[in-house]
Amino acid sequence: MSDLGGIGIEHFLVVGAILFVLGVLGIFLNRKNVIVILMSVELILLAVNINLVAFSAFMNDLTGQVFAMLVLTVAAAEAAIGLAILVIYFRNRGTIAVDDVNRMKG
Amino acid sequence: MIQTLAFYLFASLVVASAVMVIMARNPVHSVLWLILAFFNAAGLMVLVGAEFIAALLVIVYVGAVAVLFLFVVMMLDIDMAAMRAGFIRNFPFGLAIAAILLAELFLGIGAYQAGGLTLGTPDGTGQAAMGASNIEAIGALLYGKYIVLFEIAGIILLVAMIGAIVLTHREAKPGARGRQDIGKQISRRPEEATVMKNPNTGEGVEL
Repeated sequence: MSDLGGIGIEHFLVVGAILFVLGVLGIFLNRKNVIVILMSVELILLAVNINLVAFSAFMNDLTGQVFAMLVLTVAAAEAAIGLAILVIYFRNRGTIAVDDVNRMKG
Repeated sequence: MIQTLAFYLFASLVVASAVMVIMARNPVHSVLWLILAFFNAAGLMVLVGAEFIAALLVIVYVGAVAVLFLFVVMMLDIDMAAMRAGFIRNFPFGLAIAAILLAELFLGIGAYQAGGLTLGTPDGTGQAAMGASNIEAIGALLYGKYIVLFEIAGIILLVAMIGAIVLTHREAKPGARGRQDIGKQISRRPEEATVMKNPNTGEGVEL
């Protein structure tokens, strides 16, 4: 890793922490909109990836980058399945409001 | 110097676009801000020397996931104004939760920085060989020590693909044009097939 001129691992961890909190806040604020909730989950996973890569780079161990790739894979699969569920839900009910999703009791 | 500048540029842009993702009124704008966030995160990863992950972020997230989001947002006809209801009501509560979470995370980072946490040290198996590029080193690790992880990732993607197809596949109505009847196709005999003939001029065709 090249010299970053005073930028240490803490700087990257802070960016990751802020991104993570913004993702959680997004879930709270957009409680009704599933699409934005899914995007917030993507933000949270991005924060996890930033942390993994930062630790991997600063500790000189590539394992973190391999695990970041696994997180990336799971994020892509989750987005595909989530949006597929959203599409069939919209097809059946004509809405995607989270509050209306209450017909799966038992 | 230039690295410090680049870090603060990428970091501030990724945080600003993440704020816009959750605050934008229009989900299409949210997706576009998400793309900007991913690009800047890729920039951060280039900065620490993880070029392969940076390339993957751009290819997988911007190329596939964000386009999928954009596609779904534009395909579904949703009343976005109704979706915003409760935004203001949830704002103070969400902000309080976020502040608590952020404070806790900062405490954790502070403890790590102060040396209060021992996270263990790398055993050296994940270390890149001298002179190997980032991609070469990741490849050696991924196809060697972590081959099982690689296979599991492949299976996860396969299951996700089959799941998405099964969920969204719609059987065409019987008798619809262009519908494939597999039973009819495989029970065809050569005798009832159409044959291409090329007769000479003035001669008939023997059937």
